[in-house]
Amino acid sequence: MSEQMTGAPVAQQDRMTQETMTGAQIVVRALKDHGVDTIFGYPGGAVLPIYDAIFQQNDIRHILVRHEQAAVHMAEGYARSTGKPGVVLVTSGPGATNAVTGLTDALMDSIPLVVFSGQVPTFMIGTDAFQEADTVGITRPCTKHNWLVKEPDALADTIHQAFTVATSGRPGPVLIDLPKDVQFATATYVGPKAAKPGHYRPRTEPDPQAVERLVELIERAERPVFYTGGGVINAGPEAARQMTELVEATGFPITSTLMGLGAYPASGKNWLGMLGMHGLYEANLAMHDCDLMICLGARFDDRITGRVSDFSPGSVKVHVDIDPSSINKIIRVDLPIVADVGKLIAAALDLWKARGSKTNRAAIEGWWKQIEGWKKINCLAYAGSETTIKPQYALERLEALTRGRDRYITTEVGQHQMWAAQFLHFDKPNRWMTSGGLGTMGYGFPASIGVQIAHPEALVINVAGEASWQMNVQEMGTATQFFAPVKQFILNNERLGMVRQWQELLHGERYSQSWSESLPDFVKLAEAYGWKGIICSDPKDLDDAIMEMIDYDGPVLFDCLVEKHENCFPMIPSGKPHNEMLLAADAEAFKSGAALV
Amino acid sequence: MAALNIGTGASSHSAYDLRDHHETAERSHTLAVIVDNEAGVLARVIGLFSGRGYNIDSLTVAEIDHAGHRSRITVVTRGTEAVIEQIRAQLSRIVPVHQVTDLTTEAVAVERELALFKVQGKGDARIEALRLAEIFRANVVDSTLESFVFEITGAPEKIDAFADLMRPLGLIDVARTGVAALARGV
Ligand SMILES: Cc1ncc(C[n+]2csc(CCOP(=O)(O)OP(=O)(O)O)c2C)c(N)n1
Ligand SMILES: [Mg+2]
Repeated sequence: MSEQMTGAPVAQQDRMTQETMTGAQIVVRALKDHGVDTIFGYPGGAVLPIYDAIFQQNDIRHILVRHEQAAVHMAEGYARSTGKPGVVLVTSGPGATNAVTGLTDALMDSIPLVVFSGQVPTFMIGTDAFQEADTVGITRPCTKHNWLVKEPDALADTIHQAFTVATSGRPGPVLIDLPKDVQFATATYVGPKAAKPGHYRPRTEPDPQAVERLVELIERAERPVFYTGGGVINAGPEAARQMTELVEATGFPITSTLMGLGAYPASGKNWLGMLGMHGLYEANLAMHDCDLMICLGARFDDRITGRVSDFSPGSVKVHVDIDPSSINKIIRVDLPIVADVGKLIAAALDLWKARGSKTNRAAIEGWWKQIEGWKKINCLAYAGSETTIKPQYALERLEALTRGRDRYITTEVGQHQMWAAQFLHFDKPNRWMTSGGLGTMGYGFPASIGVQIAHPEALVINVAGEASWQMNVQEMGTATQFFAPVKQFILNNERLGMVRQWQELLHGERYSQSWSESLPDFVKLAEAYGWKGIICSDPKDLDDAIMEMIDYDGPVLFDCLVEKHENCFPMIPSGKPHNEMLLAADAEAFKSGAALV
Repeated sequence: MAALNIGTGASSHSAYDLRDHHETAERSHTLAVIVDNEAGVLARVIGLFSGRGYNIDSLTVAEIDHAGHRSRITVVTRGTEAVIEQIRAQLSRIVPVHQVTDLTTEAVAVERELALFKVQGKGDARIEALRLAEIFRANVVDSTLESFVFEITGAPEKIDAFADLMRPLGLIDVARTGVAALARGV
């Protein structure tokens, strides 16, 4: 984990002085001491003492959401765009259960969050009290760790530990369940520095021998590829910078998972584009045919590997991960390295340079020729239209019209998400926030608000599908209330497009429940919340409409009516190896069964 | 895990690759897990096994260091080598877990279990039960005119063998503690 993640500056006052205050005051004080400036939350009976403490201070801003799931996604957007942990406060019972989807999302995508939930008073736990839920029980499998604090004197230590656990090693969400009597009780506050150190200290330094082996492999490889993931983003901007240096200096091609986009600039000459189920042809074929695969902070997800037994059959595989359980979980690798990926890259770069910056240049030139051949397939090609907005075209225009701006993109889940990953380009880390592991429809809109709260002046766009977007539609009020000028760019195909695509290709075109009926008039909806609404259905009007969205100083709901039956290609049907990718041109043959044999 | 009956080609209709690629040579392993003795820690360990579909053949837990707040969980599990490696890695990343040792591969271990057997019978069966108990060095810890409770300790296989012998002689109830295990030597 980088400095940036553990990150929060600690206040300067003497930590050794012990002060007495209420549990609720301890919560607020500890947050300040961890440099927290914003929390996302929703009040209720079991957290009223904390809300009272929040009322009586001005250092921490509270963003009042409309649903607790959205609070967690906002905190995720905040965390992913800043590198700092996101903080959430919810009440007991329904407040906590509403947070579960967000917690699971953050766990799957390794996002550091500290979530506080209220609980019924300690003496009522277990009695089925009003709004009682077994929150630590329910959230145990969807947090990195959680605590029920029954002793007021343990509260400060627990909060400090919670920040450490959330941000160190493989980051993730943690939850602290706080009975109401503990919030009222007086207790001693100890600062972060004086806190009891926990034993939790994941290994971050790479084994020098492994680094040496990696460098030897780099020197000899003939068909190498870097396969990078969200771990590089989590390791901080310096790790991304050094990785970029290593990639450019070696001249090796690089691809990335959905989670890792932006760590290496998409404008860089070694960039192959995203890999995986809807990844680029050249990226997937490079993975399949390489002789050296260097996996940095990715985890061989099933959307990446396709059929495991045919995954990159001829390569030596190196896997660098801070979480030992990610290594050899799906794919057995030849050189496992448990380390912070940033530290590993730095060490490998140093050693490789010290040994003379050697690579097998002639072979790598040949490898690039092969890759250039694959690129000529032009796998993202689609049939344009004069009359209908193709979703790909909409994203190409969005990309062109926002290029050069420091732009933050979130997405919902579906076809639009994959097209966004294919057609939008990221030159910096922390600019792309999407629900990768859990694939949570309803993530993108609240995440965009969280990003905007952290970067009030930035251009923040959520690329959405009309179905996903409605899953957290209630957050419109939050954006209005907190002046978050988020842009909701809805690729409205009036379909649960990704579901429809699978039904078309794999379920005999039986479109069971996969259309969006009774959609609202999005422009009127926007106006009802004091937003600007834009509707666009003609490709000729699109540029002006996008500019109108960008230039508007306030939240915008952009209803972009797109082709309803477009499919997202390339696509690796599940259970197929990388070299059996479907391109747009193959789709008809595949449907008729020819490709199934 | 038994293989699912999935027709050829059917998995191309799924969002996942449904074929099972995993090797099948499973083996029993005894893992010693040292944890902070705090609320919920056992639930974390058990939840990991059930949530990720691992087997638990036996599990024991007790505090071993009161001052240091440490407990020792001994888990007997089954799996292929890759699965056991995953189990170890997954256990190790639970925050209150301090140490995981595979007593099957990393050490030569002594394994012991305690069991109580209630055997009901009269006449010859009763005498035979008592005779076998002596051979197995089981103690009689309760007795009525038509029943015994035997206490036996030993390796799990010994206890299995004793159970097999007692069954035809009127075995009506069994309580077993599960395995406690320690590496031999220092
Ligand atoms: C909470 C949730 N429920 C269901 C799904 C399954 N799912 C994946 S994509 C999708 C359709 C999304 O439709 P839309 O948001 O309109 O995006 P499109 O694919 O049309 O671009 C569904 C239902 C999911 N990912 N998340
Ligand atoms: Mg849609």
